[in-house]
Amino acid sequence: MKLGILVNEGPYTHQASDTAYQFTKAALEKGHEIFRVFFYNDGVNNGTRLTVPPQDDRNLQKAWSELAEKHKLDLVVCIAAAQRRGVLDEGEAKRHGKDANNIAPGFRISGLGQLVEAGIVADRLVVFGD
Amino acid sequence: MPTLHTVNKSPFERSALISALNHLRPGDALLMLEDGVVGARQGSAFASLFASAAKGCSVYVLGPDLAARGMGEKDLIQGAELVDYGGFVDLVTSHDRTQAWL
Amino acid sequence: MADVEAPQIDTSVKKKFMFINRKAPYGTIYALEALEVVLISAAFEQDVSLAFLDDGVYQLLKGQNTTGIGMKNFSPTYRALGDYAVKKVYVEKESLEERGLKAEDLMEINFEDEDDDFKEKPLIDIVGRSELTEIMAQQDVLLNF
Repeated sequence: MKLGILVNEGPYTHQASDTAYQFTKAALEKGHEIFRVFFYNDGVNNGTRLTVPPQDDRNLQKAWSELAEKHKLDLVVCIAAAQRRGVLDEGEAKRHGKDANNIAPGFRISGLGQLVEAGIVADRLVVFGD
Repeated sequence: MPTLHTVNKSPFERSALISALNHLRPGDALLMLEDGVVGARQGSAFASLFASAAKGCSVYVLGPDLAARGMGEKDLIQGAELVDYGGFVDLVTSHDRTQAWL
Repeated sequence: MADVEAPQIDTSVKKKFMFINRKAPYGTIYALEALEVVLISAAFEQDVSLAFLDDGVYQLLKGQNTTGIGMKNFSPTYRALGDYAVKKVYVEKESLEERGLKAEDLMEINFEDEDDDFKEKPLIDIVGRSELTEIMAQQDVLLNF
């Protein structure tokens, strides 16, 4: 089946991103297609490359980036939620006069329409939140 | 047209489990995960709710979350079934929609 | 702004989307950011409805005054839902009653019925828990925040 994944919480504070990651991995192992992973609300914070988590625990941002690379996943960070929370790519940083950008590899910033599209195209949409 | 209902918060913290139980239809499934597994412990103040509220529904608990919180199958209310993440995926695909009670 | 991609979807597909709102406004951002998805969904010509239950019913209370908390009062946006191709706004009766609320406490949300001479009609439908359960079971996509 084609699955859509919605992640509404950032890394570490809530288990949502971990659960979504484990679910996504399991779905891929079962041969399902992940149409898109959409990061909304604080979920956009999964997409910053500036995290330095302790070495003896999982690195969620890296885990998502690596999973995306291995399986060619579409990881989308909502532009409106990202602007609110300070997750920017190069274009966004330039556009808003910010002196840096922080998007992690494998993630792209786009509009809420991508979430609606995932709901339309995927056979199932699963929500991971608080 | 069965629905999979997921509950990820403890019933002692949030009313999500109660809301989920209030919106079940026969044939639906309920999956407790993350802190929600607390709601599936036998002997808890919420254990008796399942017998009536979840009649005709299947109750599942995400095993890895249960183990993480120091519990196992023997701690569950009667009738609850353990699943792993693969089982979670199967529940999603075998139900027409998933309702996340956050 | 980042690229606004044209949706790569089969335009003949029309799914039933339901946005479920269970949290009070302002204490968390979920009410506001859920509403933002609803407004975007209008462009996709799907069958969109909203459900307000549990504390979500507070999102529709009239008379919200946020000056004291220094946050933007976004409640006027709900009144415009009729202009955003939202088919129905369901409010759960038991959720109101449990909170000591009545229908009259809710804001008026209207839409112009194009099948009836553009007459103004209410978008809000107060339904019982079991009826809402049945309605939810007819949806294709359930969105929760």
